[in-house]
Amino acid sequence: MPHDHHDHLSPSGHPYRQDDDTPLSYWQSMEIAVRELLVEKNITTLEEISTQIDKMDARGPALGAAVVARAWVDPAFKSRLLKDGSAASGEMGFDVGPMHLIALENTADTHNIVVCTLCSCYPRNLLGLPPDWYKSRAYRSRTVKEPRKVLSEFGVNLPNDTQIRVHDSTADMRYVVIPARPSGSEDLSEEDLAKLVTRDSMIGTGLAMMPNA
Amino acid sequence: MDNRTDGRRWHDMGGQDAGPICDDQHDFSLWEKRVDALMILCSGKGYFTVDGLRRALEDMGEDAFESMSYYERWIASINQNLIESGAYTIEELGVKMAEVQARGETYGDASLGQ
Repeated sequence: MPHDHHDHLSPSGHPYRQDDDTPLSYWQSMEIAVRELLVEKNITTLEEISTQIDKMDARGPALGAAVVARAWVDPAFKSRLLKDGSAASGEMGFDVGPMHLIALENTADTHNIVVCTLCSCYPRNLLGLPPDWYKSRAYRSRTVKEPRKVLSEFGVNLPNDTQIRVHDSTADMRYVVIPARPSGSEDLSEEDLAKLVTRDSMIGTGLAMMPNA
Repeated sequence: MDNRTDGRRWHDMGGQDAGPICDDQHDFSLWEKRVDALMILCSGKGYFTVDGLRRALEDMGEDAFESMSYYERWIASINQNLIESGAYTIEELGVKMAEVQARGETYGDASLGQ
């Protein structure tokens, strides 16, 4: 990594937004003002805000991956997950909040992909915050119209006879895809299986990784 | 797109033509995480609903979608909803924002190092 760029990369290797390198913006000053007003009026506290940020930071695709791996190894759990995603996730200690979670199973002949054409609805309690592209005009517009082309841009090229189902989220429910379990994974433990489950495979823009890939 | 005849509003994007999907990704800044946290906390306390958040976002129009970042739009919507629900007044916000902006030139200075 070039030394002169080092300071602009986060620990994950992604660049920080320019906001952090530039003078205070109007909208940042609004965030500070709103936060301070809410604290002054005893509506919230700084501790409550930072606890909420910690909770959000602790949520990521690993939670969803654990649910998928459980579904792969436990058929009874999988049927509960398909029947009521929120309750089944709750069994594993993952609270998906008041939204209805609907799990969609990829099979040999069906592939599911999730979008929110109206805004950015996303199963954040299981997958963390959505990636930037999920909220973009291009993804929101095109996925319902030309999913096969969108998938190919993500490197997912499915056989022509695979049925692709596109699921458009609403404000009251969330979708998560159960990707197909990869071949050659028969002997893996649930914990090792979870490592094959990527964020994109649970949105439907990817497939689960092959073992030893 | 400015002369929509199908009765859809600008945010109803499904099925439109658009360019390639850009997979650039950024890590969220502290101020963005705080905006997200304020949304969760204030909606949880009943100051507004996710529908209220979306109503203000959608009423900002397409120009805001193109010119403002995601969490810039969110703080604008959160603020509007909080004023509407009486959490504070627009005058209080104006005074506070002027005070914040006078503290310094960076986010850290303006946020008093927090």
